[in-house]
This record gives sequence, C-alpha cells and structure tokens, in this order.
Amino acid sequence: MIRTTPTLRKLLIRPVPIFALQLILSKCIHTVARNNPRIFARLGAHAQKCFLIMPTDMPFVLFLRADPQKPRLLVRRSASEPWDAKISGSFMNLLKLVEARMDGDALFFSRELVIEGDTEAVVALRNALDDMDSTVIDEAAKAFGRPGAIGLKFARKLEELHHAFAK
Amino acid sequence: MHLPNNSPELVCPAGTPAALRTAVDAGADTVYCGFQNATNARNFPGLNFTPEEMEESVDYAHKRGKKVLLALNTFPPAGQTLLWKQAVADGVRLGVDAMIVADIGVAHHIATTYPDQRLHLSVQAGAPSVEAIRYYCEEFGVKRVVLPRILSIPEIKQLKSEIPCEIETFIFGNQGLMAEGRCSLTNFVSGVSTNFDGVCSPPSDVTFYEDKNNMLCSQLGEFTIDCFSCAQGAGYPTICKGKYIAPHRDDPYYAFEEPISLNLFDLLPQMIGAGIEAFKIEGRQRSRAYIRQVVSTWRLAVDSVMQGKTIPKADLVALTEGQKETTGAFRSKKWR
Repeated sequence: MIRTTPTLRKLLIRPVPIFALQLILSKCIHTVARNNPRIFARLGAHAQKCFLIMPTDMPFVLFLRADPQKPRLLVRRSASEPWDAKISGSFMNLLKLVEARMDGDALFFSRELVIEGDTEAVVALRNALDDMDSTVIDEAAKAFGRPGAIGLKFARKLEELHHAFAK
Repeated sequence: MHLPNNSPELVCPAGTPAALRTAVDAGADTVYCGFQNATNARNFPGLNFTPEEMEESVDYAHKRGKKVLLALNTFPPAGQTLLWKQAVADGVRLGVDAMIVADIGVAHHIATTYPDQRLHLSVQAGAPSVEAIRYYCEEFGVKRVVLPRILSIPEIKQLKSEIPCEIETFIFGNQGLMAEGRCSLTNFVSGVSTNFDGVCSPPSDVTFYEDKNNMLCSQLGEFTIDCFSCAQGAGYPTICKGKYIAPHRDDPYYAFEEPISLNLFDLLPQMIGAGIEAFKIEGRQRSRAYIRQVVSTWRLAVDSVMQGKTIPKADLVALTEGQKETTGAFRSKKWR
C-alpha cells in the first residue's frame, strides 16, 4: 500500500509548474462562474473579498476573488498577498468541502479546518458553494471537455482505491 | 411497545435550494426553510431562499409528495411588521404547506387574513404547557406545536393526551435550550438579536484566533467565548455555550451549557411509542453533506422502528458540536 505523507505529497507536486496549475485553475473558475451565477448573488458584497485558501499539505496556496465581473483564482507558492479571510486544512478535506462531500462545521468542530479573518465572508462563501447543483470539481472538469471528464473519473477511481487500501 | 399506525413525519432542514433537494432525496417527509431576511432564525449571509427559489423548491418537493414548511419564527420589532406580512403573503402565494410562527401578532395576521393556511407553533414561541398550547390552538387554529427541548418523554406523553394538536420534537442537532424565544445574550454583546434579527452570534462579529498556547479561541465582539486545545472538539461561538470565570471555581467553566449536540437516536423507539407525530432535525446552517448523512440515517432509523426491526447502528458524533452528544432533558431533567 502506498500512502502519501504530506511531505511526500509536497515533493511530488513541487515539479508541477505554477503557471500550468494557474492556467488550469483560471479556466476552471471562469467555467464555474459562467455556469453558476447564483453563487454571486449569495456572496453579495463578499464577492469583492479576497480569500486565501491554504492546503496545509501542499506547496502552494490559492487566492480567490469571486468577483462576478472578473473572477480570479491565483496560485502562489506562499501567502504573499493581502487577504480578507483565510481557510486552511488538508488538501483532501478542502476538496471534499467544495465537493459537498464533507460538512464544513464538522471539520471545524474536529479542528481539521481553521478559519481566520473575516468570518462572515467565509460563511457566505461556504453557503454559496454549497448551493451548487453540481460541484466545483465537476464544473472544473467540464471546462476541459472530454479530457476533463476522463481525468476526473480517473482521479475519483484513484481516490476510491486509496480509501479501500486505507481501510 | 405500542406503536402508532402512521409513521411519524421526518422534518428536515434546508438552508439553500440544493440542500432542500438533498433533504427530499435523502428521505425527508417535510423540509423547513426560510426567506433571505430577518423573518427566520437562521438569517446568515449566503443562506436561505429568494421567493423565486422558494417557488422552485416547493414545486420540487410537491412533485415528490413531500411538504415544505416556511419558518417565520422570529418576532417583528415594534412598528416593523411589513417584512413579516410580505413573507406570509409570499408563502401563501407559493403554496407552502405550513408556516412555523413564533409571534402572536404574526399568528393573528395569518389566522385572520389567510384562515386556510396551516399554522405550526415554533419552538421559539416557548410554549411547553397544556394551557399555553391550547391557547394558540383555540385562538389561531395552530395544528402543530414544536416543543421546547426542556421536557422529558413521560412529560411529552402526558402533554399529548391533553392538547388538541400534533407534537413535533427535536431529535438531532443544536441543544439550544436557554430560554428559547427569549434569548437576548447575543443582543447584549453584538446589538443583533436572535429573536428580532434572526441571527445568534452574527458572523460579522465573530473572530477566531490561535493564542500563544496554540489554543483555538473564538471571540464575539470583544469577548472571548472559549478556547479549545488540539485534543478538544470546537463549538459555535455562542454566549450560552461559552466558558466563564467565577470566584467559586478554579478554572473557567461552562456556566450554562457546553458545546454539545442533541442526539436522541437511542430514545427513538420510546419517542415513537409516545405518539409524537413529527421529528425535527436541526441545522439549516449546515451543508448538504450534513443533510445527506443525517437525514438518511434517521430515515432508516424511523423506518426500522415502524417495521419492528432493530435500528442499524449509526455514528453521527463527527457531525456534532464539540464532537459530543447528549439526550438532554428528554431522558432526565438533570442532564448535565
């Protein structure tokens, strides 16, 4: 069984160029924004805020500004820019959160999710994302058409196998 | 044990249209939700329904044989009843199956203006006695009362035999029993009221930080509510579940209530046996993931009891506040 530790995961992903990740994520955020206008209504004024999303076991951080006119999801090696609210947790937990497979409050209760800064903005973002019919990940896969769908199917299979082995 | 002929209704929360669909698909009989304003007690940013979303959601539920209850469970401040009247008019127009009300004025408005509209009495009305419940039934035609979480099962059974309406009780979720309908603690600190503005511990006044001992601290306004070590489950930053320093105690302690959730899983057969018509799951502020897991678990549990089967084991503690659960006053009046 191969179980990747946070350090190993960081090492494995480090060679991935930031600009490649940035291209993928930019395409994703624009597709999500285009297909889910209700998100912005739920975010209200918080759409102009900057969210620092920090996967604690990855060598990068994300800056999200869900501005309906100009949505941005930036990848950086470190938390180098100003932010209004910060959300930290393991990459898998953050992924499960945006996929509506895990409850944010439960993660907070178990101390696996840490929020700092503008709590109201975080609550609005959580509620907005949770109202999506599909998930951010499904929408992101759609942005890449058939290769995206195949990639997502492959990633989910890998995760299932990982869970099966972990048990 | 004698079981009723009809299965009790499973009443489930929804904070968004997607959550409502999740609740319906997971086995809810009835879903309760509110509009995006102070007319309901979960007036959080990004949560709740526009009238258009409510219309779509009522349609979704009705097509599947499920009901939608509109939570109008706050109290209009003096001279500001227009918002509540508009919410009532919208609810009637959109065909919600019942309105859950707390305020006498709102109840009177519905009963006189829309006499065919089914009314439920919210837990926020804080009516735990035969006399109080009868009054609401006789004056406003209330068909169901949501009981405050302060009664034991024998007390509920006794009450049921003496009131002319259905009973709904909480079975899972927040253990918020500090003077339901009259809680002013959040108002004291933030200026925003649970009962008038529909929000307890408004997120705009909440901050979390890590102190020098790596404890996670929650703060409401300028007051620290609690600090949690890494080994402790965290809770919501509400004053009733805060830790306090007192002269007679060596350490800060939970003076009123602790971060803990109600879970009556083990008492379900007794609850059904007591003839309670509806069981309510709390958590309109929670995610679809919570709703999917909790609703499907309770659906299976209720169906199992009604079919005379053993309830399958279920572990919901990971979803509970503070990662702790209690049967509250339902098992014993001395529950701490």
